[in-house]
Amino acid sequence: MTSVNAQTTLQAPAQGRSTGFGWFAVLFLIAAQVTAIVISPPDRDMGDLQKIMYVHFPVALNTFTCFFVVLLFSVRFLWQRREQDDLLAASAAEVGTIMTGLTLALGMLWGRPAWGVWWVWDPRLTSTLVLFLIFAGYLALREFVEDPERRGVWSAAVGILGALNVPIVYMSVRWWRTLHQVQSSPSTVDPSYVIGIRLNLTAVLLLTIFLIWRRYEAALTERAAEHVLQTAALGGANA
Amino acid sequence: MAFRDEWARARAVAWKDLTTERRSKAGFNSVAALAVTILVLFGFALGPDTEAARAAAPGALWLSALFAGVLAFNRSYQVELDGGALEPLLLYPGARRSLFAGKLMANFVFVALLMAIVIVVSLVLFHVAVPAAWPMLLLVVLFGTIGLVTLGTFYAAMASRSRAREVLLPLLLFPMLVPVLLAAMQATKAILDGDIMHEAGAWISLLVAFDLIFLIATFFTFDYVIEA
Repeated sequence: MTSVNAQTTLQAPAQGRSTGFGWFAVLFLIAAQVTAIVISPPDRDMGDLQKIMYVHFPVALNTFTCFFVVLLFSVRFLWQRREQDDLLAASAAEVGTIMTGLTLALGMLWGRPAWGVWWVWDPRLTSTLVLFLIFAGYLALREFVEDPERRGVWSAAVGILGALNVPIVYMSVRWWRTLHQVQSSPSTVDPSYVIGIRLNLTAVLLLTIFLIWRRYEAALTERAAEHVLQTAALGGANA
Repeated sequence: MAFRDEWARARAVAWKDLTTERRSKAGFNSVAALAVTILVLFGFALGPDTEAARAAAPGALWLSALFAGVLAFNRSYQVELDGGALEPLLLYPGARRSLFAGKLMANFVFVALLMAIVIVVSLVLFHVAVPAAWPMLLLVVLFGTIGLVTLGTFYAAMASRSRAREVLLPLLLFPMLVPVLLAAMQATKAILDGDIMHEAGAWISLLVAFDLIFLIATFFTFDYVIEA
């Protein structure tokens, strides 16, 4: 059996390196939200309901950031077997799952007044829900497997196949239901909306990076503690 | 030469799995009985309306095959795990993917037989007339079963060796199977409706594309999964 590189003992991360960045991300998000809400006029059809787009759209788009990180570091883990890569992929999957859930919840809050229903079987909605379920399975798998090496390899495989399945699910649902609405682009909306959207896209991206980073540090600390306990249990033979 | 060796190994694994299954029989019989039970329950859920039953037949057919088939996938590793035979099997020389191919073939035969029973029973229960284009329906069953079995055999390699295999396999497998099931159900529906819109062919091509993508992806990752 090939084993996780045992020479590199995991080091707990230095305390509080991510905190400053986190504060910056949160303050940036608040500023971006305020700016977007103040400068954009109420939408002709939706009125102030449109304002939910400044959270919904950036969060939805940044779920792809998360799942791209999962794909990237899952592949790298299978290739190089560094435990850090597995922990980073898992952190991104956790943040991504939460953000997918948030995307769905915000979309439903908007859909109820705008469409009159909480849910429609639209390709984008449906594939987002399936994506959420796939990564809920990924997180469940990690819970049910104890051996770190096995957990790493298996969740990398599930992560890679899950990420691969995202466009496939979208395509199949799109063929099944062709009543999706046309996607808006910067050229079809008022410039004041575009600024608000772009500001908030950046803000949520920063927040996403912070959350993944923070979760990764926590996972690293946890594993480093386990390493210390293991070494102690072996009579400090490796110390 | 190498391919012929792998093919021989895969056949040996499939033969071993099918022989075990044939000698015990209990596995297949109970899974088939479960599939029929699920079909009957679908019938109750849909009510006595003939038209509604006929319209829902493709969905009921594929879902009962899925719910019953999922039991087969874990079983195909469980027998070996119980006997402590998986590790010795991995010690044999040769590529791991021939082991996967063998299990895939055995599971394919298992689910294909199950599908034969499910189709006949749902034709009767849901008042479906055998369509003129029945060879096309067989194609849908063939490719749908391949997709189902590929992902099922792959995820069972993990789920069967985890702590919560009963819940973990469906949780991992069902969302991943959405594209395959959707394509299979739509193709079946189109063919049963006489394929007026000429969309069955497109759904079948899509199904073949999904099968190929998942076959390639699982063959590449199985080596890692089975060794861990």
